This record gives sequence, structure tokens and C-alpha cells, in this order.
Amino acid sequence: MGEKLLSQSAIRSRVSVGDWEEAVRVCGQLLVDEGYVESSYVEAMINNINELGPYMIIAPGVALPHARPEDGVIQEGISVVVLQDSVEFDSGKDVNVLIGLAAKNKESHIELLQKIAKVISQEETLHQLKQATTTADVLQVFKI
Amino acid sequence: MKILAVCGMGFGSSMMLKMTAEKVLKEKGVKADVETTDFSTASSADADLILTNEEFARQLEGGKTKVIAIKNISDANEVEEALSEVL
Repeated sequence: MGEKLLSQSAIRSRVSVGDWEEAVRVCGQLLVDEGYVESSYVEAMINNINELGPYMIIAPGVALPHARPEDGVIQEGISVVVLQDSVEFDSGKDVNVLIGLAAKNKESHIELLQKIAKVISQEETLHQLKQATTTADVLQVFKI
Repeated sequence: MKILAVCGMGFGSSMMLKMTAEKVLKEKGVKADVETTDFSTASSADADLILTNEEFARQLEGGKTKVIAIKNISDANEVEEALSEVL
């Protein structure tokens, strides 16, 4: 997907957080800093998880926090946060990678989702992503 | 054959699940409609199979449509196994 869809500055690794909410805030703030979303979007991401449950866990250890396009998306894009230590989303559901998603509408982000799918569908890249300790490690995984 | 991929808002993880299911169906040469929907409309929707995560599966079970929970929504093998129950 190249730098256009995952920018280097939208990646953080070895992030230490106290709980899932803080992890989602870090992930959401990256989207804000990239100019992908309004700051209200971050609250919407957290509210969605509170209301609907931790369903955004898309693979063991990987969450895809996001909200709706109308919750303040400016431009589509993703952010990636790899945690130093995993956090619990729900009893027994530990997450150590968060992929923040900003989607403009139902169809436009297919390319982004395909890229994410490619990474998490293969055991090797999924493992590499979870073990990433630098921005370069993360970029490498998404370069496939 | 109609398959529903369900997530909270109907366009994030359900869209990824739909992509995986369509890939599996294509490989198997099976013709089926895969649609995405959000959780709130899923319980009243008409389908042969509902694919979703463990959270929603628990809440959607017990209706007339078979529900299968998927752990890794991009894992073609896991989705193929789920689909084999209705194919």
C-alpha cells in the first residue's frame, strides 16, 4: 500500500499503556495528528467499544478500533500501535496490536481493509507485526 | 445461498469477513451472496448463515439462522471450515 496509505508518522511501537482505553486513545490520536479525523472521532471509537463490546478484535491479539465516517473522518487512513505489554479488552481477550481505521464511506476503504487482511491472514506476517519493536518493522510487514 | 457477515457498524470487520468468505467461495466455485450488516439489523435479517465474532455470535444464537463465530476474520481456513457447515 506504500506510504500513501500507511504513513511512517502514523506508527508507534513499544507503547506502554495502562488499559485498553488508553491504547485506543494513542491509536486515535495518531489518526488526529495525521489529519485523518477530528478529535471527536477518538471519543467515538471508545464509545463504540463500550457500547458494542470488544468486537473489533479481528484476529487473536489484534484490534481494529474505528468509528463511523460521520463521526469526524476527514480523510481515510490507518494508524498502527504495537504495545509493549498487551492489554485486556474483555476477559481473556488480550490485544497487543491496534490498527486505527478512518473510513470515508462503506466502499472507499476496501483497499485499506485488503491490506490489513493480507497482513493478519498469514501467520508469519501476523507474528512479525506482534513482535515489531520499531517503525521500520511495522512498515516492513505492511509492505508485502 | 445467502451469507451475512455481521459487525457492530457493518463496514469494518464485517467487510473484511465478507472479503474472506467471497475468496473461499470463489475458490470452491460456489455461488452465494455475501452481505454485510450491522449487529442491530442482523437478528431480523433472512440468511442461511451468519458469520460474526464471538461476542455477537453469543447474542445472535438461538434464532432460525445458523451462527458461527470467527476468531481471525481473515483466516481463509477458519472461514472455509465455517462455510462447510452449510455448503
